[in-house]
Amino acid sequence: MSSPKIPTARSGRVESFSYDDEIVKLFVIATMIWGVIALLLGVTIAFQLADWRVNLGLPWTTFGRLRPLHTNAAIFAFCGNAIFAGVYYSHQRLLRARLFNDVLSRIHFWGWQLIIVSAALTLPFGITTGKEYAELEWPIDIAITLIWVIFAVNFFGTIVRRRERHIYVAIWFYIATIITVAVLHIVNSLEIPVSLFKSYSLYAGVQDALVQWWYGHNAVAFFLTTPFLGLMYYFIPKAANRPVYSYRLSIIHFWSLVFIYIWAGPHHLLYTTLPEWAQTLGMVFSIMLWMPSWGGMINGLMTLRGVWDKVRTEPSLRFMATALTFYGMATFEGPLLSIKSVNAIAHFTDWIPGHVHSGTIGWNYMLIAGIFFYLVPKLWDTELHSKKMAHQQFWLATIGLVLYIISMWVAGVTQSLMWRAMDDAGNLVYPNFIETVVKIVPMYWIRAVGGTMILISFILMMINLYKTAKAGKKLAPVVYESLPLDDSSLEPHASVHRKLEGWPMIFAVLSLIAILVGSGIEIIPSLVADKYVVKVSTVKPYSPLELYGRDIYIKEGCYLCHSQTVRPMAHEVVRYGKASNAAEFVYDHPFQWGSKRTGPDLARIGGKYPNMWHYKHFYDPREVTQGSLMPQYTWLFNSKIDYKTLPKKLSVMKQLGVPYSESEITNAVAMAQAQAKTISDDLAQSGVPVKVAEMDIIALIAYMQRLGVDYGSSQEGEE
Amino acid sequence: MEILIILLPLALALGGLFVWAFWWAVGKGQYDDLETPGQRILLEDNQRTVQHKKD
Ligand code: HEC
Repeated sequence: MSSPKIPTARSGRVESFSYDDEIVKLFVIATMIWGVIALLLGVTIAFQLADWRVNLGLPWTTFGRLRPLHTNAAIFAFCGNAIFAGVYYSHQRLLRARLFNDVLSRIHFWGWQLIIVSAALTLPFGITTGKEYAELEWPIDIAITLIWVIFAVNFFGTIVRRRERHIYVAIWFYIATIITVAVLHIVNSLEIPVSLFKSYSLYAGVQDALVQWWYGHNAVAFFLTTPFLGLMYYFIPKAANRPVYSYRLSIIHFWSLVFIYIWAGPHHLLYTTLPEWAQTLGMVFSIMLWMPSWGGMINGLMTLRGVWDKVRTEPSLRFMATALTFYGMATFEGPLLSIKSVNAIAHFTDWIPGHVHSGTIGWNYMLIAGIFFYLVPKLWDTELHSKKMAHQQFWLATIGLVLYIISMWVAGVTQSLMWRAMDDAGNLVYPNFIETVVKIVPMYWIRAVGGTMILISFILMMINLYKTAKAGKKLAPVVYESLPLDDSSLEPHASVHRKLEGWPMIFAVLSLIAILVGSGIEIIPSLVADKYVVKVSTVKPYSPLELYGRDIYIKEGCYLCHSQTVRPMAHEVVRYGKASNAAEFVYDHPFQWGSKRTGPDLARIGGKYPNMWHYKHFYDPREVTQGSLMPQYTWLFNSKIDYKTLPKKLSVMKQLGVPYSESEITNAVAMAQAQAKTISDDLAQSGVPVKVAEMDIIALIAYMQRLGVDYGSSQEGEE
Repeated sequence: MEILIILLPLALALGGLFVWAFWWAVGKGQYDDLETPGQRILLEDNQRTVQHKKD
C-alpha cells in the first residue's frame, strides 16, 4: 500500500514505527491488582472504626498501621499505575512516536511495582516516617526518586522523538505532573537516617507542617488531578469520538490551574500556629481554584454534548460523565472547606474523609473505569465482555459512594457540633469525648457498607475486563508510517537538528532537579537550626525515654486518630487546655499535629491521668472508657525497649539542631532506664509486675505524660 | 519560618519554569491554532498513517 498524501509541506524519508502497547497492558493489569487491594484495605479500616475487634489484636493489622498502607496503595499503586498506563498509551499516539526506550519502560514498570511491594512489607511493621501520604522510609524514598526520573527521561525522550510538532493539551498536564511531583517528593522527604528503617524529618514543628501540607495538598493536585485531567482530555474525546468542546478553554484551564494550585497547601493548617498571612494566602488561592476546576469540568461535560444517548448505553462514557460530575462536586467542596469559618467546623472531622473519597472514588476510580472500558477492548482488540455487568458495577459504585459521602457528612457535622456545644455558663455540653464518638458509630457502619459496595463494584470490573482480555487476540503490532518531524530535513545536518529539538526541555528539567537536590543539601541544615520562633524557655527537648516513646507513637500511627494541636477556640481551650503555640513544637521532628480527631486531641494529655490509667487504657481502652473504639496495644507490654538505639537517635536529633549535650548522648541509656524505673515503680504500687520497666509501654506512657507539660507550665499565652 | 527561604523561591522557580514553558509554547506556535488540535487527535490513527500488519 502506498502512503496517502500527507497534508503538510514536509518531506523526507518515511519512517515506520509501532507503539509499545505491551507496557500499557502491564500497567493496566497492575492497576487492577493494586486497586482491589487498596479497596480491600479501605473496607477493612472502615470496619475497624465501626467495631474495634476488626483490628484483630495483631500489631500489623491495627488501624494505625493499615491506614497508611491503604492511602499509599490507593494513591501511588492504584492511581499511579493507571496514570502510567493512560499516559504511555496516549503519549505515543499524540506524538506519533514509540516510547523513548523499551528497557526504560520495563525498569519503570518493575521498579514501581517493587516500590509498592516494599511499602506493603514495611508499613504494616510500623516502618514509617509519620508524615501523611509520605510515610515510606528513606530507602524507598530514594527508589521513588530514581524511578520517577526514569519515567521523566522516557517521557521527555519521546517528546524529543516526536513526529507531530504540536503538543496536545493532555501532554502539558503530564509535564506539569512529572516536574512538580519530583520537586514535592524530594523536598518533603528530606530526612536524616538513624538506621536502615528509621529517619527523622529535617524540619520540625510548624516548618515541617508547612512543608508536609504543601506536599500533601499538591500530591492531590499533581498526582490525583493534573494527570487525570490530561487523561480526560485525551480519552473523553476518543471515547465519544468528538473533539474537545473548546480547545482554547482547555489551554486556559491548564495554565490557570498550574499557577494557582501550588499555593493552596496552607488550607490544611487553618487555626494552627502557622502564621496568619500564610493561612490567608492558602485560603484565597483555594477559593480561586474553583474557577479553573469548573472550567475543566464544563469543558469535559460539553464534549459529551450530542452523545448523551450514548452516555446511557456506553459504559466508558457513562463512567467518564459521572467522574466529571464528582470532580465538579469535589472541587466545589474543596474551596468551601478552605473558608475559615467552614473549616472551623469541618477540620478534624469525618467530613474530610468524605470529601477525599468523592475525589478518589468519584473522580479517580470512575475515570479509570471509563478509560479502561475504552482501552482494554482496544488493547486486546475485542469487544467489552459485558455491558450489563458494567452497568451493575456503575450502580453499585455510585450508590456505595453516595452512602459514603452522606454518612461522613452527617458524622462530621454532628460530631463537630457536639464538640463545640457550650452552655451559657461556658461549660461543654458534652465534656466526655466518647459521647461524641458513640453518637456517630452508626455512620461508621453505613460508610463501611458503602465501601463494601464500592469494593464489590471493583471486583465486577476486574472480572469484566479479565474476560474481555481473555477473549481478545494477540496481534502482531501495527506498523505505522510517517514522515519525520523536521521540515528542514533537506539540509545536510537535518538529523542532528532533529535530535536536538526538545533537548532544552529535558535539560531544564534535569538541571532543576539537580539544583533542588544541591541547594537542599546545602541550605536546609542551616535553616533547621532552631531559631525561628520566639522561644519559650520552659520548652525543653524530650528525654531519651520520651523520644523513644514518641517513636512508638509514630510507629503505631496514633497520629491518624489523634491530633496534637489545640486551636484557639473557646470550646477547644475548655476541653483540652491552652491553645497551642509554635514554640512548643521546635523539637518535633517530624511534627505530629495530625489531621483527624477520631480520638481526642493529645497536645495537653501530659499529667491529665495517672500512669496507671494509661497502662490500663493501652491494654484495653474499654476498661477505662466504655464504648471506645481505640485498638488494644497489648504487644507493647511484651516487647522490650531497644535501649541501645538511643545514643544514635539523640545524636541525629542533635544534628538537626535539638540541643542535647554530649553527656546526654553518652548517658542516654542510663537516663532512660532511670526514668523507666520511676514509672514502673509508680505502677508497681498498683500491683503491676516490676518487669514492665523494660517494656515499650513504659516509654509510650513517658511520652504521653510529657506532652504539653513544658508549655503548660509557662506563663506564655496566658492573659 | 526560615523554611520560607526555601519554599518561596522553590514555588517561584516552579512558577518561573512554567512561565518559561508557556513562553516557549507561544513562541513555537503551539497556540496559533486553537481549533484543529482538538480535531486532530481523533484522526491520528487512520488519516495520516499507513497501517499494515507485519508478517
Ligand atoms: C482508631 C483510632 C485510634 C487510634 C489508632 C488510637 N486511638 Fe487513642 N483514642 C481513640 C478514641 C476514640 C479515644 C477516646 C475514647 C477513649 O478514651 O478510649 C482515644 C483516647 C485516647 C487517650 C485518652 C485521651 C483523653 O484525653 O482522654 C489517649 C491518651 C490515647 N487515646 C492515646 C493513643 C495512643 C498513644 C495511640 C497509639 C498507640 C492511640 N491512642 C491510637 C482512638 C484511637
